[in-house]
Amino acid sequence: MTLGGWLYIVLVFALVLGAAFPLGRYIAAILEGRVTWARPVEVAVYRLAGVDEKRAMRWQDYAIAMLLLSFIHFLLLYAILRLQYYLPFNPLHIQGMAPRLAFNTAVSFTTNTNWQAYAPEQQVSYGAQMLGLTVHNFISAAAGIAAAAAVMRAFCAGGLSTLGNLYVDITRVTLYLLLPVCIIAAVYLVWSGVPMTFAGNATAHTLSGAVQSIARGPVALQEAIKEFGTNGGGFFNANAAHPFENPTIWTNLLETWLTLAIGFALPIAFGHMLKDKAQGRALMAAMAIILALGCAGAYAAEAAGNPLQIQAGATANGNWEGKEMRFGIPASTTFDVAATGTSCGAVDSFIDSYTPLGGAVPLFLMQLGEVAPGGVGSGLYTIIVFALFSVFVAGLMVGRTPEYLGKKVQAKEVKLAMLAVLVLTGFILGGTALSLLTASGLGSLANAGPHGFSEMLYGWTSATENNGSAMAGLSADTDLLDYGLGAAMLFGRFAFMIPILAIAGSLAAKPKLPPSPGTFPTNGPLFVFLLIGVIIILGGLQFLPADTLGPLAEQFLLQAGKTF
Amino acid sequence: MAPLRELRPAISIILLFTLALGLALPLGFTGAMQLAFPFQANGSLLRQHGAVIGSTLIGQNFTGAAYFTTRPSALSPTYNAAQSGASNLAPSSAALLAQLRPRIAAYRKAYGPGPVPADAVTASGSGLDPDISLADALRQVPAVAAARHLPVAGVDALVRHLARYPAFGFIGTDHVNVLELNLALEHLEAR
Repeated sequence: MTLGGWLYIVLVFALVLGAAFPLGRYIAAILEGRVTWARPVEVAVYRLAGVDEKRAMRWQDYAIAMLLLSFIHFLLLYAILRLQYYLPFNPLHIQGMAPRLAFNTAVSFTTNTNWQAYAPEQQVSYGAQMLGLTVHNFISAAAGIAAAAAVMRAFCAGGLSTLGNLYVDITRVTLYLLLPVCIIAAVYLVWSGVPMTFAGNATAHTLSGAVQSIARGPVALQEAIKEFGTNGGGFFNANAAHPFENPTIWTNLLETWLTLAIGFALPIAFGHMLKDKAQGRALMAAMAIILALGCAGAYAAEAAGNPLQIQAGATANGNWEGKEMRFGIPASTTFDVAATGTSCGAVDSFIDSYTPLGGAVPLFLMQLGEVAPGGVGSGLYTIIVFALFSVFVAGLMVGRTPEYLGKKVQAKEVKLAMLAVLVLTGFILGGTALSLLTASGLGSLANAGPHGFSEMLYGWTSATENNGSAMAGLSADTDLLDYGLGAAMLFGRFAFMIPILAIAGSLAAKPKLPPSPGTFPTNGPLFVFLLIGVIIILGGLQFLPADTLGPLAEQFLLQAGKTF
Repeated sequence: MAPLRELRPAISIILLFTLALGLALPLGFTGAMQLAFPFQANGSLLRQHGAVIGSTLIGQNFTGAAYFTTRPSALSPTYNAAQSGASNLAPSSAALLAQLRPRIAAYRKAYGPGPVPADAVTASGSGLDPDISLADALRQVPAVAAARHLPVAGVDALVRHLARYPAFGFIGTDHVNVLELNLALEHLEAR
């Protein structure tokens, strides 16, 4: 570890948290309809799509529209992937994707997961990347923010029957937030060396006399939205470790910022919408503290290096397997931690080769439900669920009906929240256990011993939590994992989002009570620490036994010099 | 029925977004970038006598003692830029240890006794890492200088001149782009 490494982490936090305040205010203005600089375009979209922008939706309508929109988009992507051979922009003549892999990939991008069971250079055409994957990156990100907007609105007033209009939210978020930032970021990426071309692979005759075919493509635009929308699906197999996705330390810093920016801005936006900014700052503080602990832990573990490598005679300047020279250890670990604290799942260094404790950090951040700061939108509505649990626990201790932001939290809301959380746990632990009981599951593992268990646990965690990163040695294109993880992604997204929308509908209808002397204040440090405690205890109690069998066992065995 | 009512807006939004964000935007943006930054937009390709010799951003495999060498690559064949990826071997993997030991021995044999930088004997994340650490490059200097019959001090100075250092002392790493270095070496010899 070096002072410079810690300074880099501090710099990332300063840039992200500093931007969260103006960006949060801007997002609140977008969601409240006060941003109008592209109004003619917006109106044209509504007119062409037949959207009545004045129509407000009940939570049921919002949920139905969300499911329908997602399902139609899933079908379109499935068709594009199957038929890509016949579609334009396919200079490498890539064949259509096989059904099970196309199913897995279409689910993966519909749910904002971007799990990649395919090798993009060889299995996805430029046309499918643009028409399919890039568009999904925009829409699934905007849909996540829209769902968060619906939940936020539920707390803003009493006696509400509606939560907003899904199509209007998606259009406005895309037009005023995602698109402008991505275009600016993509220009910088191209200037830094990220390709934007349809010319197919380049052929080079190297200095040593070999012929090198170099994969290229229209990368820059997808790279920008992939990070800003916390999608994470790489244009290349090596994701953001590939020099054409992430050519310099500065693009690495920008991509880390893009990954975290909306996640930290949304609680601030929530504070603006509530007209009670301290509430938003409290949620943001909890997110930031968890992420900071993760960044510190992963950096310390990776900087210490791999003991076997040091014993074999290499220097102790960190664990470099799977990492890129231009980034170094702190920038690599911070990128991957940011991508797993959110639902992004992009990587600039390969987690399968992280030290056991270094790799446990991304795994545990996902298991905590991705709230540090979480995926765009999903992070906010997930931490609101944890806030409900926190006031519920606090209420139990004093024997009082808990309330959050003036809304009484009763049995119905807590039951729905518990249902949402338990569905995820069931998929992660059940899926891991069942897979490891099959020959197919065991055959997918790239490494033996406890690390093999970690690979499978990581895969099910990543899919269920809609993250998309992997311990990438896992061979995921099998019947078991294509369909199994596909189901996990679907339930992880929608079996979580729909109960949350139901909670929002239920809370929206309740009156907004003014704070009384008996109200537990949710805007101060006491609440922040209670919230962090609830998140860590809930995540820890559910997953620590499994994590002990994977990363922790590997750590002890590695210290004892055992290899597999 | 409610779902039917949502059918038209849902389908229309998706088609509209697909045409605008999936077709018009990438085409227009590619056109603009091809005009504004043609070198970068096409993959930062270097040419010598009209032929492409590689990309400054993509590592290549250098063989022979007269060249500085890149890091190990997990790709097959090594530095196959039509693909990308890491070894994905666990820290506790016996296979990783079995790769490390001969690499460390080969490094010592080529560049003499002394410290072996961990980054020089481990595979990168992309398998296409164009850079090596400054420490690694400086360890390679005497052997490369000897193979080219150049003064060690001159090669050493070239490495330090081409090296990139962290901005403000902490953003980034000390490293050298190997293709740039080897090209500069050939020019140094030509002079």
